[in-house]
Amino acid sequence: MSAAVAVKPLSTADAVARSRARRGIRRRRVITVLALGIAVGYLVSLMVGQTIYSPAEVLAVMLGQDVPGAGFTVGRLRLPRATLAVLAGLCFGLGGVTFQTMLRNPLASPDIIGISSGASAAAAFAIIVLGLGSTAVSVVAIVCGLAVALAVYALAYKGGVAGTRLILIGIGVAAMLDSMTAYVLSQAAEWDLQVAMRWLTGSLNGSTWAQTLPVLAALVVLAPVLLGQSRNLSMSQLGDDTASALGVRVERSRVILIVAAVGLIAFATAAAGPIAFVAFLAGPIASRIVGPGVSLLVPAGMVGALLVLVGDFAGQYAFGTRFPVGVVTGVLGAPYLIYLIIRTNRAGGSL
Amino acid sequence: MRRPKRLRSLWLLAALGVLALLMLTSITIGSRAVGWDDILAALGGATDGFDRAAVATRIPRTLLAVVAGAALGMSGAVMQGVTRNPLADPGILGVNVGAALAVVSGMAYFGLTSASSMIWVAIVGAGITAVFVYTIGSLGRGGSTPLKLALAGAATSAALASFVTAVVLPRNDIAGGVRSWQIGGVGGATMESIRQVAPFLLVGFVLCFLSARALNSLALGDDLAAGLGERVAVARGAAALGAVVLCGSITAVAGPIGFVGLVVPHACRLLVGVDHRWLLPFSAVLGAALLTGADVLGRIVARPSEIDVGIITALIGAPFFIYIVRRRKVREL
Repeated sequence: MSAAVAVKPLSTADAVARSRARRGIRRRRVITVLALGIAVGYLVSLMVGQTIYSPAEVLAVMLGQDVPGAGFTVGRLRLPRATLAVLAGLCFGLGGVTFQTMLRNPLASPDIIGISSGASAAAAFAIIVLGLGSTAVSVVAIVCGLAVALAVYALAYKGGVAGTRLILIGIGVAAMLDSMTAYVLSQAAEWDLQVAMRWLTGSLNGSTWAQTLPVLAALVVLAPVLLGQSRNLSMSQLGDDTASALGVRVERSRVILIVAAVGLIAFATAAAGPIAFVAFLAGPIASRIVGPGVSLLVPAGMVGALLVLVGDFAGQYAFGTRFPVGVVTGVLGAPYLIYLIIRTNRAGGSL
Repeated sequence: MRRPKRLRSLWLLAALGVLALLMLTSITIGSRAVGWDDILAALGGATDGFDRAAVATRIPRTLLAVVAGAALGMSGAVMQGVTRNPLADPGILGVNVGAALAVVSGMAYFGLTSASSMIWVAIVGAGITAVFVYTIGSLGRGGSTPLKLALAGAATSAALASFVTAVVLPRNDIAGGVRSWQIGGVGGATMESIRQVAPFLLVGFVLCFLSARALNSLALGDDLAAGLGERVAVARGAAALGAVVLCGSITAVAGPIGFVGLVVPHACRLLVGVDHRWLLPFSAVLGAALLTGADVLGRIVARPSEIDVGIITALIGAPFFIYIVRRRKVREL
């Protein structure tokens, strides 16, 4: 009798350990496949275009050798563009999934609750009205992104924050900020569709190294901070009380997470505009592939990078005209958002 | 919330007075300062000289602001009544963007140019979108809660806005014309476009007015309304059709203008109560006043340039939206 009791918990622990190991293997496999996908996508976007270069030529350019023809096209045009696509995608994916996990709601992503709109309105204002340089623009964007995040949180706070109220208030704030962006754009000296597209839907057209480097710096500094908090992030899913009982300093960890996630989103937005729905899509897609119970940060970041790379490539060459990446991800992402709402409504769950 | 009849009439008179005042302001104030004698001459039909010509363009603009505001205000009030949802508004539910997508596709793919064909297309687009959003929003348990409806609307307008961009972008020939129209503006109004849209608006207004009594019964809940002898589905369909015709045809001439239909009925309920027979006309008058005022404000604030009226209404309306969301309990969302 007592032996049976002693054995049972052991076997349960065993089963838990085994399934955890299995999930770990699956996650590693998914990450490897995603990394391969990004590498292939990156290489293809460097090779293919108006003229097609061989991998050897691309590699030579990347190693800094002087290749006639390819040196300019690949080195100056395609390389910064593809690099910014990967970096911005990583930023949006990481930032988005952080918010979605922390607020325990896939709809609470920064591009729906107004944070991207805030960063975008600020960046458009800083560039068009104030005429600032790229570093200053990033600073303005991050300050405004944080201010919007704080404002939405404060407005939604009424004896605790309810996810539904936060999302609705975020939608209202986003509407207001988008109209400010529209105003700033209408004040531009002459109406430039390219510039407008960048700040309304996100675009990688005309990417330069000067735009790309701040994003890289932000990723190098902030991504480790987020990853360092990934344990606390998973615990916070259990609810604030349980998390603090498990030893998480809830408030401190939440502040760190918000600042880091908003920072990533704002830097990426300042460089490429609020690329529509990448932050929203990356998390749910990653969680479908990876399965439950593991940290989604890295897979979601990589899904984001892949989305932007493929979206930009498709936008450039798949259709008769060149579409900015934000239009492609928007056309893909918005129906998915509707599908998500339909599914949740059907299941009768609270969103 | 019953209000004495005299008080309500008084409020209606006051609102009409405010509207008249704002119309006068809209005609007299603009980026160009014009003397009174020229204004009077222009009102008489004279267009000789810069000053009189400037005033002459302000007349159709003011008229369009008045009818657009009235249509949007009333259509918001009807939508809130039909869906029994305080967050309903042609902008928030995505109906305006649906109309916009239909118009833009018509321009790009079918070469539509005439104003009346545009209005028909816009009404069809608005109707399809309204049905779509309402269907999604009322799936599942609990019917169409404000949260579900608002989310379905926000998602649908995001999707449709992406499609609008995808349609417009490859077409440089129509991009310029679409731009100012897309933000929502009354600046380009002409007497001709107002004349084109007038019959549609008339139909919409009549449908809405006729539904006022039915909306009162619907407010009590479907079962009770049926018990009172109301044919619920017919009444709801007729009222919704009126609202869709109103906001669709306005979108065709002035672009998608958001939040007027949200703000105005709420303000009106505070003043005249919840009886739709009073609420609908009052929403129309106050909506007209709000849009005319927003248009004047847009001309004053950013002199010598202008701010499109759609931007102003979003700046005024979004905080109001947040206020309504905050005021409600979570359970009601």
